[in-house]
Amino acid sequence: MKHPKEEELIAYHDGEAGGREAIAKHLADCPECEAELARIDALLAALNNIPVPEPGDDYGQRVWQQISPRLPERRSHWWDFLFSEPNSLAWFAPRRLAGAGAIAALVLAAFIVGRITKTGGPSTPVALDTTKVRERILVMAVGEHLGRSEMVLVELANSGPQNAGQKQVNISGEQRRAEDLLEENRLYRQTALEQGDTALAGVLDELERVLLDVAHSPQQVTPTQLEGIRQRIEARGILFKVRVVGKDLQQRGESGNTPAQPSGSGKSERNKV
Amino acid sequence: MNRMRPSVETFMETDAVAVEQTLAGDREAFRILVERHSRNVYRLAYRMTGNQHDAEEVVQEAFLRAYQKLSQFAARANFGTWVYRIAANYAIDRMRQRKSEDSNRALPARETEDGAEMDLMSTVPDAAPSPERLAQSGQLAVQMRIALRDLTPAERTAFVMRHWGGSGIEEIAAALNSSASAAKNTVFRSVQKLRKALEPFVEQRGRARVMGTEL
Repeated sequence: MKHPKEEELIAYHDGEAGGREAIAKHLADCPECEAELARIDALLAALNNIPVPEPGDDYGQRVWQQISPRLPERRSHWWDFLFSEPNSLAWFAPRRLAGAGAIAALVLAAFIVGRITKTGGPSTPVALDTTKVRERILVMAVGEHLGRSEMVLVELANSGPQNAGQKQVNISGEQRRAEDLLEENRLYRQTALEQGDTALAGVLDELERVLLDVAHSPQQVTPTQLEGIRQRIEARGILFKVRVVGKDLQQRGESGNTPAQPSGSGKSERNKV
Repeated sequence: MNRMRPSVETFMETDAVAVEQTLAGDREAFRILVERHSRNVYRLAYRMTGNQHDAEEVVQEAFLRAYQKLSQFAARANFGTWVYRIAANYAIDRMRQRKSEDSNRALPARETEDGAEMDLMSTVPDAAPSPERLAQSGQLAVQMRIALRDLTPAERTAFVMRHWGGSGIEEIAAALNSSASAAKNTVFRSVQKLRKALEPFVEQRGRARVMGTEL
């Protein structure tokens, strides 16, 4: 081997893998290069000895005291999580999980209220409009379905090995639920198509593919396989879409609007999706 | 009393959760991140800027920027690495600004093909080392600081991140906003310049040290 270049010796010092064995072999036979490497080692070792003044144990606290008055207030609303970056694990943090649960509960409550309204007798004009009532029930049911789908995906994203040594993660629970949701999803997608709600049908179609992906995965997956599933979920941005459409449906359910009379904001959000 | 230090009770209070809570409006949660990572960022900042005043400013600015950009932080990433990179970026700006202020000539910074700033300041006369530094670290340390200061900001950042921060080439490339091969070249160039400036001072001592540590 020729004498390694200075660059290669520095890389060798840094522990880079490329051509390591050949360089080591050469160094053993070449006092000149060995001395050159020793000079590099010596320089970098000397530089390592430049002292850094110790800032003190309370340094972090001091930094906080200095910056905290300059931190702008961060406004927070319970619905913020719907509109933050979808490609972030923050989606799966407990607070957002709670938010998703709250929405699911809200949709469920609206569904129950809707049912009570429906059986409340003919005294209200709304109840007389059976078409509207049916649509409202459908809207709420789909909203609930999206909420449950979201929960499965969130839980899947939250699952992981209990410790670093764990080789397999059991996702059979999420799989069973994904299989159940698949049936419902197909029904709602067909209904949405029949009603001409192509935006909703499109989201349900995408959700179906994700649910299929989960349902067809092995019951025991390696952390790498699990990561692959997560990445496919994130790549499709399905959680974001499900949340936006779910919100739209929620608003429609609460306002009693039908798909033919969507609220302006809801429509624009779904169009964005 | 370290109320905010991780303890058994707050074991689950990971950086990701603290980020999440901060994003949800809990400003106090950001305190955990500041207290946890300040010292590490300070070490980087001090080595990059070479003085305590600038280092402290870099630390503060890095956390302020991190707070402002927190919604862009991907929770999968490591908050420590992220804020470290923000600090490195700001320190580069600070060093460029400082060199510009120190320079008698208002020469614009020029970029080489690989994105690294050309060493326009190597001709600027060295300021006399402060008595504090001389007393603290001795003549050799002063020479090393001068040599480090004479690196371009990009070279200094690359060197500090690589040799003191243990950062990978990809991470350095991200901080320098350059390609991996350009970052690798910048690391190499920094070591080459330091060798040229310092080897006469450290050779004998260094040899002895290496012999001592290797045996």
